[in-house]
Amino acid sequence: MLRFLSRRLLIAIPTMFIVITLAFFMMRAAPGSPFVGERRLSPEVERNVMAKYGMDRPLIVQYGAYVGGVLRGDFGPSLKYKDKSVAKIIQQGFPHSLLIGGLAMILAAVVGVSLGVIAALRQNRAADYTAMGVAVLGVCIPTFVTAPLLVLLFASKLGVLPTAGWPAATQPLSSAWRYFVMPVVVLSLPQIAIISRLIRAGMIEVMRSNYVRTARAKGLPESSVVFRHALRGAILPMVSYIGPATAGVITGSLVVEQIFQLPGIGRAFVTSALQRDYTVVMGVVILYAALILLLNLAADVLYAMLDPRVRLS
Amino acid sequence: MHSAALKGRSLWDDARRRLMRNTAAVVSMIVLALLVVLAVAGPVLAPYPFDQINKNDVWMAPLTGGHLLGADALGRDLLARLMMGLRVSLAVGVVATFVSLVIGVIWGATAGYIGGRTDEVMMRIVDILYSLPFIFFVILLMVTFGRNFILLFLAIGAVEWLTMARIVRGQTLSLKQREFIEAARAAGVGRVAIVGRHIVPNLLGPVVVYVTLTIPGVILAESFLSFLGLGVQEPMTSLGSLISHGAQDMELAPWLLIFPSVVMVVTLMAFNFIGDGLRDAIDPRDR
Repeated sequence: MLRFLSRRLLIAIPTMFIVITLAFFMMRAAPGSPFVGERRLSPEVERNVMAKYGMDRPLIVQYGAYVGGVLRGDFGPSLKYKDKSVAKIIQQGFPHSLLIGGLAMILAAVVGVSLGVIAALRQNRAADYTAMGVAVLGVCIPTFVTAPLLVLLFASKLGVLPTAGWPAATQPLSSAWRYFVMPVVVLSLPQIAIISRLIRAGMIEVMRSNYVRTARAKGLPESSVVFRHALRGAILPMVSYIGPATAGVITGSLVVEQIFQLPGIGRAFVTSALQRDYTVVMGVVILYAALILLLNLAADVLYAMLDPRVRLS
Repeated sequence: MHSAALKGRSLWDDARRRLMRNTAAVVSMIVLALLVVLAVAGPVLAPYPFDQINKNDVWMAPLTGGHLLGADALGRDLLARLMMGLRVSLAVGVVATFVSLVIGVIWGATAGYIGGRTDEVMMRIVDILYSLPFIFFVILLMVTFGRNFILLFLAIGAVEWLTMARIVRGQTLSLKQREFIEAARAAGVGRVAIVGRHIVPNLLGPVVVYVTLTIPGVILAESFLSFLGLGVQEPMTSLGSLISHGAQDMELAPWLLIFPSVVMVVTLMAFNFIGDGLRDAIDPRDR
């Protein structure tokens, strides 16, 4: 286990290093200076601004300084918001993104597993076809289609949910939850589709396996066979899907936070990308990469803990 | 006539037979063919050019004022724009997939055929690239170098080649043990010729399946970028940018959101059903 962990970390470190390096040099390869905006700066002012951000030093020195900063959690200043650091922007936005993303993952797991189990137990019957039809739709309808369509239906036409926004901190949970419903549902739909397919395939295979036959032969009730024995085996593929699911939820959050005007880092990322606020874009990309690597690693460890047949080596 | 009756059935004949029995796949192929015709011929035949601004037709509802599907905030005909957007999205899908196909097949076949340390190094590179959040690098690229159409094709294609390389490598590893490769080697055929003339043509099955599943993925990626405002630029359009603009105006003109969304979903579903159908037809063990 320890050896496995250290080997995975040894792959993770160069990966993160490549992420940081690519991000840094892509930003520096950008034509023009990041400060050329609506107003033309005089050469003198521009030189001063460059000196302020240390951009007058040799490239390799700047690179060293940036890597050093990142290792200490300092991603530099935002180029557009003079009074904010990138770390500050991330600190402000991340909790919101984490809440919505976390809720979406939980919802996706619960609904996806339920749909998958129902479909597998009713294989090739109406319930199976319905569940898998929903799954196909979930994969083929992108978040940027579901989100506006749901807003059109539930906010504009029916008026039961707020169009967009984040509840004030003082708002009681009894009314604040309405703001979370659509973002969380939209974010979880594609994941529900994939998880239910994984679980269905896993269940169908496990239900034919010897240990399930043994459980039946012992005279265990069907519910116990399904939930205590079969589901445990069938749920394993979902564990290794944690990593890709995180990546999917993060990508989806870019769209969802934009449409629902949520103050998360997904929206900060898109805004910065459109404003060419390079340091913020780089900082968020590095954070996302670290997050995906970490959850992939966590998924592998969890997998080994749940399935004693897997020996990590 | 005798010779026809005696003609053997090749693997591909069998695959075609199985594919034609798959209703969802056949319907999807017909739908996709219609969509392609619309995308290719539509913008030429449409009564309005896709970028013609008609001041008097702003927010025109469907079926009014000669606009079958209505008009947008600038009075541009939605049908014409939709067909143009479909053309752009399909073109991005096909071109970027082709880029990924070329890189992936060359990389995977080389790694698999040479094997040993070269294979180890080449596949480790793929592993590392795999764990990078690539869509963000595409965004970074679009931000730093501007919204360049060619760059968009290349960037998305460069993201998608990794899985292709893995599939091709796996196939190559098993193919190179086979007798006909041995025979070619014994006959003194060079390495490059073996890979090009004997290995690559035999990889076709799984590669074709993966290509049909990559195209919708690419269309999705481009639309995603366009939705965020980082893809194609006005007045040029794609399905994603139509949906994006439609979403902004949906209270006033819901048709601007609904029609592009329907076309998008139908296109993606058609590709997915064809891909699934091809997989079942070419490799029936996976059913």
